[in-house]
Amino acid sequence: MEQILFRHNRPGRCVTFAEYQGEGGFVALKKALSGMSPDEVQQAVIDSGLRGRGGAGFPTGKKWSFVPRNLTGPRWLICNCDEMEPGTYKDRILLEANPYSLVEGMVLACYAIGVRHSFIFIRRGYEQAAANLRRAIAEATAAGLLGENIQGSGFSCDIDVHVSAGRYICGEETALMNALEGKRANPRAKPPFPAIKGLWGGPTVVNNVESLANIPAIIAQGPRWFKGTAATPEASGMKLFCVSGHVATPACFELPLGMTLGEIIDGPCGGMRPGSNFKACLPGGASTPYFTPAHLGVPMDFDPVAKAGSRLGTGGIVVFDQHTCMVAATLNLVKFYARESCGWCTPCREGLPFVVHLLEQIESGQGSEEHITILKEHVQYLNYAFCALAPGAMGPVDGLLRHFEDEVREHIITGKCPCRS
Amino acid sequence: MIPIELKAELQGRIAAAVTNREAAVDVMKALQAHYGWLTDEAVVEAAGLLGLSPLQVEELATFYEMIYRRPVGRQVIHVCDSISCWAMGGETLLSHIAALLGVGVGETTADGLFTLLPCCCLGNCGEAPTLMIGDTIFGGVSLEGAAELLDQQRNR
Ligand SMILES: Cc1cc2nc3c(=O)[nH]c(=O)nc-3n(C[C@H](O)[C@H](O)[C@H](O)COP(=O)(O)O)c2cc1C
Ligand code: SF4
Ligand code: FES
Repeated sequence: MEQILFRHNRPGRCVTFAEYQGEGGFVALKKALSGMSPDEVQQAVIDSGLRGRGGAGFPTGKKWSFVPRNLTGPRWLICNCDEMEPGTYKDRILLEANPYSLVEGMVLACYAIGVRHSFIFIRRGYEQAAANLRRAIAEATAAGLLGENIQGSGFSCDIDVHVSAGRYICGEETALMNALEGKRANPRAKPPFPAIKGLWGGPTVVNNVESLANIPAIIAQGPRWFKGTAATPEASGMKLFCVSGHVATPACFELPLGMTLGEIIDGPCGGMRPGSNFKACLPGGASTPYFTPAHLGVPMDFDPVAKAGSRLGTGGIVVFDQHTCMVAATLNLVKFYARESCGWCTPCREGLPFVVHLLEQIESGQGSEEHITILKEHVQYLNYAFCALAPGAMGPVDGLLRHFEDEVREHIITGKCPCRS
Repeated sequence: MIPIELKAELQGRIAAAVTNREAAVDVMKALQAHYGWLTDEAVVEAAGLLGLSPLQVEELATFYEMIYRRPVGRQVIHVCDSISCWAMGGETLLSHIAALLGVGVGETTADGLFTLLPCCCLGNCGEAPTLMIGDTIFGGVSLEGAAELLDQQRNR
C-alpha cells in the first residue's frame, strides 16, 4: 500500500536528513520556491481536498485563504502539536519517525500565507519529538532550506519550538495562542477568527502536525495524485489512525481515508485480541460518540462518519470488548474533561462535575430513571459553553444514551453494574 | 537564589522571545528543575526575570499539570488515568504502585524519593497502560513490571 507520511520511516529509529533528502525530501520546497507563486501553492492545497487532521476537518487550503492578502505587519503560522486528547498519539509517532516532512510542510505553508516567523507548539511529554524537530530545524537551516533567503528565492522564514507544560485546553486554537503569548490558556471569543486577529493580534493560521506534514507530497506529486490515494472517490488522501484498546495489535497506521472501520480492525489491527469481541469504540478520540458493531461498515472519512452520528475527530480509535461497562467508560471520559476544564465558563466548570456525579450514581447502582432524562438535557445544555471542550465532553455521553440506554437502565433497575461480578 | 549562569541563560531566552512573557513556561520549568519544585522564591524570581507580578506567574504556574507548586519527591511518577489506559488496567496499576510505595495518590514517600500522581493521556495509548517517571515514558507496564521499574529507580 502507498504511504505518504510513513514513506521514509526506518524500523526502530528516526530517518536522517540525508535519507529524507535522498528520497525526494525537500523537492516540493525547491519546486515551489523556484516556480510557483504563493497563490499557486495555496490553490494546489485547495484542489487536493486536504481537510484538517486536528479534529474539526476544516479544509486546509480554504483556511489559509481567509488570511487577508494586503495587510502590513506580521502574520503567523502555528503548528498544533498539543495532542492531549485521550486515545490520540499519531503526531508523536509521526515526529519520532520523521520530523522533516513537518518542517518542509511548514516552510511551504509559510510561503503560501506570507509568514516570516512560525511556531510549533508541543505538549509536555513529547521531549523526543521536540528534540527531533530542533535537530531537523538546525539541519534544514544549515542546508539553506530554512532561515534567510531560502534557496536564493528571497523568501525567508523561521520555525520556533515551544514545549508546553501539560494542559489539554492548550490544544484549542485560541487558548493555544494565549498559552504561546505566556498568558493563562483560556480560550478567546470568536469572532474575530484567528485568520483576522490571532497571535499578538496579527492574522494567524493554526494547523495540526499531520495536516502540515501532508503538504510536501501534495506539492511534489500534485493534488490529483494526493486525492486519489484515498479508498473512496469522495475521500481525499491518507490518514493516520492510532488504535488502542482491546485489539490484537494496537498501533498507529497510515491508511487510505474511507477504509471501513471493520477493515481497519480486522486488517492492520489483527482483529480483536484473543477472548475479546467488539462491543464499541470511540472512532476519533475521546470526544466522539461511540460506534457499535452496527457501524463496522462505515467508511472512516469525515462525512460518512458524521452521517453515522459521530466524528472522525483525530483518528484515535479506542476499542472496547464485551467486558467493558459503557457507563464506567463514559464516566472515565467525562472525569477527564471535568478535570481539564479551564474554568472560564459556568456550563463547563459546573456542568461537567454534575454530569460526573450523575454517572457515578448510575454506575454504583444508585441511579434513577430521572438521571437519564437529566443527562439527555445536559447533552444539549453543554452546547452553550464558551468553547468546544464541553460539547466534546458530552460526545461519549450522547453516544451512551443513543446506543447503550438499555445498559444504563439495567444499572438503575438492578441497582448494580451488570458488568461487574 | 539561582546561580548567575542560570540567570544569564534565562535572560538570553527571554531576550530571544517576541515578548518577555512568551518565555514564561520555559523560565518556570528551568526554575522548577533547579529547586525541584516551583517554590515561592522561584515564583518571585520568575516574575522579576519576566517583568511580571508574582501573581501573574502564579496564575500560569497553577494552570499547568507539570508545574509543581508544592514540594515533590526526587522523582515524580505520573500514571495515566485516561481512557485507553483505563481500558487496559490503568486503575489497578495506579493502586498497585500506591501500595508498593506505601503512599496514597498525590503523596510523597517518607524518604522523599517518589511522588505519585495520576495524569492525563501521555500520548502512548497504543502501549497502555502507560506511566512517566521524570521525563521518561514507559508503556505496557504490568504489575510485576511496575515493581521492577521502582527498584531500578531506587538504585539509580
Ligand atoms: C479542547 C480542544 C483541544 C484541542 N486539541 C487539539 C490538539 O491537541 N491538536 C490539534 O491539532 N488540534 C486540537 N484542537 C483543534 C484546534 O482547535 C484546531 O481546530 C486545529 O488545530 C486546526 O488544525 P487543522 O485545521 O489542521 O485540523 C483542539 C480543540 C479543542 C476544542
Ligand atoms: S467550555 Fe470549558 S474549557 Fe471551554 S472555555 Fe468554558 S470552561 Fe473553559
Ligand atoms: S490514554 Fe493513557 S497514554 Fe493515552
